[in-house]
Amino acid sequence: MLKPELQNYKIPKHISDYPTGPSYKAGHLVSKNAGWRTFKPVVNLDACTGCYQCYLVCPDGAISKTTNNKIQFDYDFCKGCGICAHECRFGAIEMVKEESSK
Amino acid sequence: MSKQRVFISGDEAVAEGVRLARPHVISAYPITPQTIVVERLSEMVEDGSLDAKYIHVESEHSAMSAAMGVSSVGARAFTATSSQGLLYMAEGVHYASGGRMPIVMMNANRSVALPWSIYGDHRDSISMLDSGWIQVYVEDAQESLDMIIQAYRIAEDPSVLTPIMVNLDGFVLTHTYEIVDIPLQSEVDSFLPAFQTPNKMSLEKPKSMGFSTSPADNMEFKYQQHKAMIDAKDIISSVDKEFEDTFGRSYGGLVDSYLCNDADIVLVSVGSVTGTARIAVDNLRLKGIKAGLLKIRFLRPFPDVEIRNILKNVNAIAVLDKDISFGYEGTVFTNVNSALSHLQKRPLAVNYIGGLGGRDISVGDIEDIFNELIKIADAEEVGEFSRVRYINMGVEIDD
Repeated sequence: MLKPELQNYKIPKHISDYPTGPSYKAGHLVSKNAGWRTFKPVVNLDACTGCYQCYLVCPDGAISKTTNNKIQFDYDFCKGCGICAHECRFGAIEMVKEESSK
Repeated sequence: MSKQRVFISGDEAVAEGVRLARPHVISAYPITPQTIVVERLSEMVEDGSLDAKYIHVESEHSAMSAAMGVSSVGARAFTATSSQGLLYMAEGVHYASGGRMPIVMMNANRSVALPWSIYGDHRDSISMLDSGWIQVYVEDAQESLDMIIQAYRIAEDPSVLTPIMVNLDGFVLTHTYEIVDIPLQSEVDSFLPAFQTPNKMSLEKPKSMGFSTSPADNMEFKYQQHKAMIDAKDIISSVDKEFEDTFGRSYGGLVDSYLCNDADIVLVSVGSVTGTARIAVDNLRLKGIKAGLLKIRFLRPFPDVEIRNILKNVNAIAVLDKDISFGYEGTVFTNVNSALSHLQKRPLAVNYIGGLGGRDISVGDIEDIFNELIKIADAEEVGEFSRVRYINMGVEIDD
């Protein structure tokens, strides 16, 4: 998974712990963000051709390439928008309701 | 370029100051009475005497947005506007101060519609008093040029990192020609070194610029802005002193007082009307009246300590506002009263609203204000005199 590693978030204690203005180095990731997902995409690897159309359209960069030229989802950041499933021409991605998938 | 004395307008003095400050980018949209500033700057870029990019944006909102982009990569930005343009830019004005981007903007003070008017008053910039920008009001063309150079030094100071609005009264200053000393480029270069900022975004140091905050963090960023503005007071004073050491001209920093030491009555003014008021004070002094003049140069950060120190032994003061906060009083008056509220014994204070939409304020008008102040001081109460009075109305009003 090509993404910045999660940093340990230090809660600021003093005003000097904040940056000067709301700017900070890029890629400083401190928390997962997928809490509001109700449907999650699940890939059928037999149907996936590795065209990466889903990778191109994912608005959150939550899809990446696997070593065997398929795709995988980053469920820590996927919001469950379903664009990947809608765009997949091979019907390889199914949106599964969160409760039923547990 | 060698040192020279030239006969130029306030707008042209601003443009000369900008050229000497060497901004990387100018993004601006022309509007009366600021237009000459951006005309001259575009000519300077065209003829190569100013090595900058000139972005002729499609609106003031875009002018400020482009200036923020410039500032975020550690480059020096300049823009200029006026009145309706400033209001159209308003979203970006708050955004730039919140982003701690030390942009310098000239504002040609002009009335705000409706009624439509191209003439001067302070209602445009004063409506942006809470936008987080440092606001300075200048008195003449030389101060205009000098303050553009000082503005970059103040704004870019690491403890400040706050944008500055340099305000010139529309037409009275922007279009009036005066003798102006143009400093040497070499002297300006040593006074104003290249811009350095910890917030610089680059390919080597990619940044997440202007992120959002939850209620858990937002107040801390607002506190930072407030603290930076308070800290700017010392920087404003030290930059003024250093400017005097280099160029031989001082403006007093946050305020400039004229004959206030022994004064019984003082007029508090902002901007170009101060020049007129100096003559009125001289006339009254010739008659043995102890009149003084306090010019507030910076409305933000507000010079409360300086105002208290100068006015603490005065019997009565008049604050001349070229603005009105409808339903209350002039905003400068409100701020001055707040500063005076810390004193055990306060001077009697009254407010004169004048100059709206370009209405003239003459030496005689100011002498009339002082004569009324003498009566108020003698009566030891504001009493029958209005606390807030419009001067120079063309018709009778039922006050």
